[in-house]
Amino acid sequence: MNKILAKSYFSERVVRLEVEAPLIAKSRKPGNFVIVRVGEKGERMPLTIADADVERGSITLVVQVMGVSSRKLCALEVGDYITDVVGPLGKPTHIDKVGTVLACGGGVGVAPLLPIIKAFKAAGNRVVSVLAGRTKELVILEAEVRASSDEVIIMTDDGSYGKKGLVTEGMEEVIRREKVDLAVTIGPAIMMKFCEKLTRQHDIPTIASLNAIMVDGTGMCGACRVTVGGKTRFTCVDGPEFDAHQIDFDEMLSRLGAFKTEETEKLHVNEK
Amino acid sequence: MNNVSDRNEAWRQELRQSVPAKERTAIERVVMPETPPAERIKSQRIEVNKGLTREMAMTEAKRCMDCVNPTCMTGCPVGIDIPGFVKNIERGEFLQAAAVLKRTSALPSVCGRVCPQEKQCESKCFYIQKLQKKPVAIGYLERFASDYERESGQIALPELAPANGIKVGVIGSGPSGLSCAGDLAKLGYDVTVFEALHEIGGVLKYGIPEFRLPNHIVDVEINNLKKMGVKFVTNFIVGMTDSIADLEEEGFRAFYIASGAGLPRFMNIPGENYNGILSSNEYLTRVNLMGADQEDSDTPVYHGKHVVVVGGGNTAMDSVRTAKRLGAERAVVVYRRSEEEMPARLEEVKHAKEEGCEFLTLTNPVEYLADERGRVKQVRVQRMELGEPDASGRRSPVPVEGSEYLIDAEVVVVAVGVSPNPIVPRSVPGLEVSKKGTIVVNDETMQSNLPEFFAGGDIVRGGATVILAMGDGRRAAAHIDEMLKQQKA
Repeated sequence: MNKILAKSYFSERVVRLEVEAPLIAKSRKPGNFVIVRVGEKGERMPLTIADADVERGSITLVVQVMGVSSRKLCALEVGDYITDVVGPLGKPTHIDKVGTVLACGGGVGVAPLLPIIKAFKAAGNRVVSVLAGRTKELVILEAEVRASSDEVIIMTDDGSYGKKGLVTEGMEEVIRREKVDLAVTIGPAIMMKFCEKLTRQHDIPTIASLNAIMVDGTGMCGACRVTVGGKTRFTCVDGPEFDAHQIDFDEMLSRLGAFKTEETEKLHVNEK
Repeated sequence: MNNVSDRNEAWRQELRQSVPAKERTAIERVVMPETPPAERIKSQRIEVNKGLTREMAMTEAKRCMDCVNPTCMTGCPVGIDIPGFVKNIERGEFLQAAAVLKRTSALPSVCGRVCPQEKQCESKCFYIQKLQKKPVAIGYLERFASDYERESGQIALPELAPANGIKVGVIGSGPSGLSCAGDLAKLGYDVTVFEALHEIGGVLKYGIPEFRLPNHIVDVEINNLKKMGVKFVTNFIVGMTDSIADLEEEGFRAFYIASGAGLPRFMNIPGENYNGILSSNEYLTRVNLMGADQEDSDTPVYHGKHVVVVGGGNTAMDSVRTAKRLGAERAVVVYRRSEEEMPARLEEVKHAKEEGCEFLTLTNPVEYLADERGRVKQVRVQRMELGEPDASGRRSPVPVEGSEYLIDAEVVVVAVGVSPNPIVPRSVPGLEVSKKGTIVVNDETMQSNLPEFFAGGDIVRGGATVILAMGDGRRAAAHIDEMLKQQKA
């Protein structure tokens, strides 16, 4: 049981939770995730760790309301308890001094990107961050990202904030003017697919952090399998980060919708 | 073996003489009462085997000849005193029978249900060896004695040595970890079991379905351990949630790693990552651990009219029978060898057939076909024939050229084995791991290359039975005790 210490809204559907988890706060590294479960009938759901405060013994999670489980999690208030939180899971990001890092985050993908940005900055890299969202309110954690970036470019689909356009347009602007040594992309699978396509054209090594469907998150179930370089890998224990140029994003996109029918049924049951 | 009771005790001699041998051997082996197939497939949570009545158990126990050389015991991986407990059942001392079992087996009510007795103790029984008759139903009797004890409400807690305050960590709460924890607690250690999942019990909870092993039976065993002072911490991954160094600083002097067989294997054939295709681990975990068969559970699971299960082991049987219970019209096992080579227990195969599961043996999937949305719809299979025996001693399957055909399947469960879980070996710096990913230990002591780390069960064996995993846990407990005592001296 983990207590919710603070809760705030980025938008109606995107919630930031500060959760008591002292051991995870101490052990987590950029790139790690946790599995949470709400209620005794709850589903196990992977969430990347956006931030941690060792002193307060807490981790920060950013959750977007999508289905039954994220809805239940977002409905919890300060003082409520999350039934289960386990982690940190997954291999941490390999942080090194590489030169210039182009960090591209879309939607709630900016949350897991933040600790990676911080770590690359702390390792002495130049960090240029491109944050994207459909509309202004969906661009999150801008101040935090700015604090650890040399430059931040904001892109919105509707032009309500920053520049109008897709994340790739912001990336292209950077790639055209300076040498990028590494790109990191976290966001919706379709966005990562296009980021990868762009950086491949420019021969930029790129890592993507995947948000696959998982049950246990410890290698046991294989629900999170993804094809990387022609081989089946497990996102939970082999990832969640992989060489983006090797990922079969189309397969991944399809697998993310694996339980759509079943989940819709569950949603109806829950609304009854 | 030191745990064998004295067959020359007065009551045993008297009991042997009370019934002539001929009368004993004339008794037919008891038939396990079962829930009828039509009724039991309505729910994942109706136990198939209902257990023996007192009368049935006492009569079956009478069949046992109380042999001078009880060969049955040589078939038991942990050397349970079989005549010792069976004769106690014959004389009606059921609690005594349970006590005999508990001297050797930490979880008799589990083993009585899931051990492959037909390949172990019962295969070495005098009846089968010398009389060509059906063996004494040792497994049913084991279950009877431990169920009787549990239902009597008089579960005896073992005697505990005075607490010595020495902390030992057990990593994983499956059968191996639980048996190690129990023995260490008896020896007076301060034992903490760390479990990565939110539930205690490991494979006994997430893997073996409730129609074979109800959860409440596992919970009773866990509660007994709690009463013995064993602490359980869920949602904790040793080496990741907290480092080994931190745990050692907290006073943990030794660890027993029993983290189990993790990664499910796939066949690496085209289309295997289509939606609707999943590992048996995922399928069974969704249903058994997460309750996806129940409407009020948030966890979804695939339902299909046609379910194909690939493999021939117990996990394959558990999966195909689960599919039937989830409403599949056709639930088909596809296995590359013949039924004779199937590693599954005969009882599981029998139960699966009674429940209407189909078997396509000497058949192997070669490719999956999907609809336009990426959901599997058909399996291309190939007929096989048996060739020369392979390394396992079984005749190896050889594809028959040009024998491919398609079968319909909206759900495919792949149950072709597992590889060791890499998480714990990875997070213990310096631990020696084999090429296969198993932890390398001394066979006798279960000690790894790091003196304070012991390991057993599937993380060492790759894939074994509950009873072997338990045996490892007990051996490790004894040697952890020995090591810590030496350190103290």
